[in-house]
Amino acid sequence: MWIEALIAVTLVSAFAVVLAPNKVAGKLAFALSLLPLVGSLWMYSTYEASGNALLEGSELAFETNAEWVTAGPYALNWHVGLDGISMPLVALTTVLTSLALLASWTPIDERQSQFYGLMLFLEASLLGVFSALDFFVWFVFWEMVLVPMYVLIGVWGGPRRKYAAIKMFVYTNIASLVMFIGFIALVFGLGDSVTSLDMPAIAQALRAGELGGLGPVSAGTLKVAAFVAMFAGFAVKVPVVPFHTWLPDAHVEAPTPVSIMLAGVLLKMGTYALLRFNFTMLPNVAQNNAPIIALFAVVSVIYGAMLALAQSDLKRIVAYSSVSSMGYVILGLVAYTLYGMGGATFQMVAHGLISGLMFMSVGVIYNTTHTRMVSDMSGLASKMPFTVAVFVAGAFGYMGLPLMAGFAAELFIFLGSFGAFAGSVWFTAAAMFGIVVVAGYLLFAMQRTLFGPFELETDYEVGPAAFHDVAPLVVLILLVILLGVEPSIFYTMIQDAVNPLVPPVGGGA
Amino acid sequence: MAFQLPTWMALGPTLALALTGLLLLVFDSITPSSTDRGLLAGTATLGSLVAVGLSAWYLLAGTGSEPIVLYGDALVVDTMSLFFTFVFASVTALVSVASFDYLRDHSYQAEYYALVTLAATGMTLMASANSLAVVFVSLELSSLPSFALVAILKRNRGSVEAGLKYFLIGALSSAILAYGISLVYGVTGSLLLPEIASSVGGTDLTGVLGLGVLMMLGGFAYKTSVVPFHFWAPEAYEGAPAPISAFLSSASKAAGFAVAFRVFVVAFPIQQLVTGAATGVDWVLAAQILAVVTMTLGNFAAATQDTVKRMLAYSSVGHAGYVLIGLAALSGGNNAFVLAGGMSHLLVYGFMNTGAFLFIALTEYWSVGRRFEDFNGLASQAPFACTVMTLFLFNLAGLPVGGGFMSKYFLFGAAVGAGFWWLAAVGAINSALSLYYYSRVVKAMWIEDASGEFDIESKPAGLYAALAAAAVVTVLLLPGFGPVWQYATEAAEAIVA
Repeated sequence: MWIEALIAVTLVSAFAVVLAPNKVAGKLAFALSLLPLVGSLWMYSTYEASGNALLEGSELAFETNAEWVTAGPYALNWHVGLDGISMPLVALTTVLTSLALLASWTPIDERQSQFYGLMLFLEASLLGVFSALDFFVWFVFWEMVLVPMYVLIGVWGGPRRKYAAIKMFVYTNIASLVMFIGFIALVFGLGDSVTSLDMPAIAQALRAGELGGLGPVSAGTLKVAAFVAMFAGFAVKVPVVPFHTWLPDAHVEAPTPVSIMLAGVLLKMGTYALLRFNFTMLPNVAQNNAPIIALFAVVSVIYGAMLALAQSDLKRIVAYSSVSSMGYVILGLVAYTLYGMGGATFQMVAHGLISGLMFMSVGVIYNTTHTRMVSDMSGLASKMPFTVAVFVAGAFGYMGLPLMAGFAAELFIFLGSFGAFAGSVWFTAAAMFGIVVVAGYLLFAMQRTLFGPFELETDYEVGPAAFHDVAPLVVLILLVILLGVEPSIFYTMIQDAVNPLVPPVGGGA
Repeated sequence: MAFQLPTWMALGPTLALALTGLLLLVFDSITPSSTDRGLLAGTATLGSLVAVGLSAWYLLAGTGSEPIVLYGDALVVDTMSLFFTFVFASVTALVSVASFDYLRDHSYQAEYYALVTLAATGMTLMASANSLAVVFVSLELSSLPSFALVAILKRNRGSVEAGLKYFLIGALSSAILAYGISLVYGVTGSLLLPEIASSVGGTDLTGVLGLGVLMMLGGFAYKTSVVPFHFWAPEAYEGAPAPISAFLSSASKAAGFAVAFRVFVVAFPIQQLVTGAATGVDWVLAAQILAVVTMTLGNFAAATQDTVKRMLAYSSVGHAGYVLIGLAALSGGNNAFVLAGGMSHLLVYGFMNTGAFLFIALTEYWSVGRRFEDFNGLASQAPFACTVMTLFLFNLAGLPVGGGFMSKYFLFGAAVGAGFWWLAAVGAINSALSLYYYSRVVKAMWIEDASGEFDIESKPAGLYAALAAAAVVTVLLLPGFGPVWQYATEAAEAIVA
């Protein structure tokens, strides 16, 4: 019942905050968000489970499986539970939401109660996405995420917010539909061997090779077509080049706290779903086409980094760098090794923290200077040393400096993907080169904005940021370092859940 | 059970509605110019709520699980008729509550409520019709009051014009339907649906029968605003008072489908007519063509409208196309499921679409304009109403924020299960398209800055109550879809078997 309680508490909090007066909404929302935060941390501390949620022989934590609508092959169940892949993501969601709410106090100055209510509603949907194990329940939450996101960007965003909000909505919704069709085709292809949309049941049936044809379509074609449909659907969410164009627009226009949620958690929905659906349910298709998928990954890494290099807007730089980082996740997943897949999952959490940190510090800089243009700023370090220090630390995390979360994640991924499949050496080498570009654009941007003599064309007073703006940055940087020094906090849990997915050495499943 | 209700009490919901209508007429003849809105709306609401309660009670008690046949087999009360009666009566209740405010300064108050309840009576009879004669009479009973209701704002040119168009096309369609019935009667020698079924298989007069079936399909297509008999719908829905638009596009449409489902499934069994190839009267193919054309045309037309009410009107045409999948995917060996899919979608649609039109009634009450731009920034003045409208619109589009997603999912899923994946694909693509025009309203209300000069000084209690009720039911239908699906399946199984 803990997952239900977590979601319910968050939903009720969302309603309470909507009804609260604007003045107290921010503080109330933050206070209420501590409930799911403490809840998820408590769940984490008592977490006891083993194996992968979708595969046989697993023991899930906080599982509920109850009948909901019974209708033969269309039956729906309320099935939720956590394994080592979803537990860290649930924790990440609650941590980042609380911090993002704290980071909203300064920039959000109109219709606060609606804003904070929507943020909590978003959190509830995200918790649902990461814990649902029935496809239908999962899809409900998956689509529910879009609604608050659309309004959050559309109402509180920058000058081109309407365009960005609609682009985000249309892109990701069409993607969901493509994915939905792909998955449902698989379910119908399974015919009588599944009696519900239970994800574990479907995954096990698919892995056992019970897929039949559908009409004139043979089983083999159906598998590949469904894989492509699901991959395309999730790739938009991740986003993978060339499906990424909605992301920079959404990021640039979104207010800081929404950017934090977008980069920190929403993008992980894409990779999480890829791992759960494509890579768990249809491993053979993924392995047979590993070079193609790896190509998508590497192009995302390099091209995303190149694009970031070319930007002059600080927020855009961070936005494009997400494209790059998520490319690593795909590369790790397709490797099908313990390190690769574990590293990919670890990277989801690490990138969630680091990108949240980066967006937050860009937001703090913007709140003070009212500009994000690299060319307008110079020498900020002398005026707001603390913020700058955190920004630098975050950038180091992004570059993968040892003893920080990013390093551990990327190291695992590269270790795992090197030599994992034909040509993987080259793909890994190319992706590693991406780190150089990342370091390049981050150092270049920092050198121009943060250091040197102070020069800034603005009418605003530039000085140290408020305590509630800096506090979440400190929490994040501590978490990033903690995960870098002691990756086993999450990594053992992740490995345990990923291990059953990995084919034994010398033979393929 | 110790106490057994008399058999005619199976028609309880219908009788409740009919008595309410007559009571209102009596009241009107005693005090012809009464404007006691509370009493009139209250009576109509109470009557329809009694009908809701009775139909729900009968459903729960399993009254219809064994079909009850009345009046020389002319009427049948089974799970299906009770299921639809529940839908009609619920919509009637919502519309009556909402009309309380809407009719503030209008004349013909008592007539208005009497006509609404009488039309609802006709609809419940349509769902129970077991004879083509009853089909025709009940269809007219629900149509004639509707014509008057559309034109009831008699000082409003749009309303009168809409009423006239609706009436003319309605008369034409009635003629077509009546002629179709006569042809079927000529071939089979019976008006009772089960008897027709037993004699269609062995007939030599395939051509005449086919013509009759097609003409009847045309008659029902008019009632359900299916292309190409949809031309009246946007005009009538736009010109009519908004609660009546809600009533027509939700309840009247559902009634048309109820009667179409029963007539086609019971009287013209697919096994004999289509898959058995005894005659080659392939009405399923006709329904497939109509479904695809209706979905696509309705949605594309909705996407190009300038006014919100007209957009909703065309979207309602689109939804008729989705429900038609229920007929179009028959013969795929999944018959009960697809029919149940259509029926459950009609039930959910009854609430979400009524809600959307009642929101339009609210904006008309406030004299907000009709175009999308006129809704700009409305959310800052009426956040609650705009929240529930957003909910209705996302539901209509099929986003999982309420029962709309569930019913579409089951409908399309059943179509795929029956082997008609292409029908489901067309439906899904249309659903995705529909999100574009529904979200235009959402965007205007929430995201655009207010440009129009509207001043909302009052919040009409009746309209708000109806909106809230529709919203609550729409949302609750997401977790509570189980019983809906259960009764829809029972209803479908009752006639498919």
